[in-house]
Amino acid sequence: MKKVIMAAAAATLFVLPLSANAAEDIHLPEQEWSFNGVFGKFDKQQLQRGFQVYREVCSACHELKYIAFRNFEALGYSEAQIKVLAAEYEVEDGPDEFGDMFMRPAKASDYLPRLYANEAVARSMFNGALPPDLSLMTKARAGGPDYVYNLLLGYEEAPADIELGDGMTYNKYFPGHQIAMVEQLFDDRVAYADETPATKEQLAKDVTTFLHWAAEPNLDARHSMGIKVMLYTLLFTILAYLLKVRIWSRLEKK
Amino acid sequence: MSTEKSFWRKAYEWHEERLPIISFIDNAIGTKYPVPKNLNYWWNFGSLALVMLGIMIASGIFLAMNYTPHADMAFDSVERIMRDVNYGWVIRYMHANGASFFFIVVFIHIFRGMYYGSYKSPREVLWWMGIIIFLLMMATAFMGYVLPWGQMSFWGATVITNLFSAIPAVGDSIVTLLWGGFSVDNPTLNRFFSLHYLLPFVIVGVVVLHIWALHIPGSNNPLGIDAAPADKIPMHPYYVSKDMFGVGVLLLVYFAVVFWAPNMLGHADNYIPANPLVTPPHIVPEWYFLPFYAILRAVPDKLIGVLLMFSSILILFVLPWLDTSRIRSATFRPVFKIFFWVFVADALILGYCGSQPAEGLPLVLSRIGTAWYFLHFIVFLPVIGWLETPKPLPASISEPVIKPAE
Repeated sequence: MKKVIMAAAAATLFVLPLSANAAEDIHLPEQEWSFNGVFGKFDKQQLQRGFQVYREVCSACHELKYIAFRNFEALGYSEAQIKVLAAEYEVEDGPDEFGDMFMRPAKASDYLPRLYANEAVARSMFNGALPPDLSLMTKARAGGPDYVYNLLLGYEEAPADIELGDGMTYNKYFPGHQIAMVEQLFDDRVAYADETPATKEQLAKDVTTFLHWAAEPNLDARHSMGIKVMLYTLLFTILAYLLKVRIWSRLEKK
Repeated sequence: MSTEKSFWRKAYEWHEERLPIISFIDNAIGTKYPVPKNLNYWWNFGSLALVMLGIMIASGIFLAMNYTPHADMAFDSVERIMRDVNYGWVIRYMHANGASFFFIVVFIHIFRGMYYGSYKSPREVLWWMGIIIFLLMMATAFMGYVLPWGQMSFWGATVITNLFSAIPAVGDSIVTLLWGGFSVDNPTLNRFFSLHYLLPFVIVGVVVLHIWALHIPGSNNPLGIDAAPADKIPMHPYYVSKDMFGVGVLLLVYFAVVFWAPNMLGHADNYIPANPLVTPPHIVPEWYFLPFYAILRAVPDKLIGVLLMFSSILILFVLPWLDTSRIRSATFRPVFKIFFWVFVADALILGYCGSQPAEGLPLVLSRIGTAWYFLHFIVFLPVIGWLETPKPLPASISEPVIKPAE
């Protein structure tokens, strides 16, 4: 056993870094995001549309385990709307006075229901592949939101020289190009409540924005606090500089 | 005018008789510490390092209140800090990026010491204390990076702890001891958390020794000559005010990263929970370890790589004797000055190589860079000291022999 660990460690140390370059560098076309830039923030309307895409498409397979219904207030929903929304889901609670677990409608304080009891269950359902939890997806992949957006639209016919594995699909932006998730976004896959034309680019953009909110729910607060902190620090720095100049001028007078 | 002492004066004297801490502080960093009057802005980085240490300890204490050091819960507890703890996200981003800024500041502080010969007699022990702080920082930062228990945490811990297995005979036992078992697991996380909380306070202790050792000979200065008492000014208010300005500038850069690019210096894989069954395709340490990582991977033999990596820092302990020149400041050492900047470039190139897979051009570069790194200390520094003709030194700080250009 020890030998195996040592060998694995040696492999990790010296061989794996070598194999890393086997993966080519994939260029991700950069997108414009409302949350980029100094004043960047989420567009609530877009977050709601993105949530709709997640709910009607992604949530069939992907969990969002760090998100509770109460968090949807950030999407612009009222407390009452969130109660109604939560009640559409069932969650397990208990044990009751007989020691049994039971199902009840979800409350605002509940987290989104999990889809799989464990990883093995999920893998058995998807030909061995595991649909990853999406809570941190835009932070957990190099390229972030640009990666997620391009991946969702990056499906195309596999080049003739590539033999796809069983159940795999070709994707331009997926590392290794063989992805177990089939193409999900098509024009008008979702009928938007706010009647925004649901092109697949729009769907990808909205759901990626929603996922970036899920990964970074405090982004708006971070940017607005950042501006105040920078202004305060700038003022402090200017005053500190003036004070320094004034104190040091005593030396010249001597 | 009354000769009667004020109440506050009497209270101060009463306290001073019993515990003279106020005059102690005044002697250490106040009006009673004379500092050469010609320090440039590179001398700000010592106080900046102290500020970063303070930020790290303060933010770390609050993170520890909300963090759970258990393999099954650590990742979730960090997400809870980011999502549900009031202002947890700002505390964590300050702490995570604070480590990077601490290293930036300390690297500049070290290079400043090298350029101006601050390690030379009589400041050797001061220099040693600095290296010890640097080593402690590296250990603390490494263990801190493991705590979120993401993929890079786990695999970084696996790779780095495995380095010790290269030690003949006792290597495997040391690794088992570090892990608290036979692989990186919950006991590893527990002991790393414990040590990650302990070591910063050890750093504080060595910082006290560092400042103590500084006060015996006093601060070096850009001319590298001993400063006459007439050429010294009190730390307070002169350098305290200058340091405050420096702190402002540092914080502006630091906050820009904390608030707008908090994940820029991290690795995406660390937002994936640790999974012992899935190895990331490319394991890289945090950026501040990259030059040393490049040295480690420059040779195809693990033991030699490990020895070179540790030597690259330990060699700094004998730097005061490897540099045979008695002139401190590079200002008066035309040949050394060139080699100093080549050395800085070498460190940066090694850093780049450490971020790349060890093959092709980066591997060639990291071999040349590693060779140059050691040649710089073992061959170039002593030889330059013997052969170089230094420029004439000024008689004192206020009376330069050579008039500055212009």
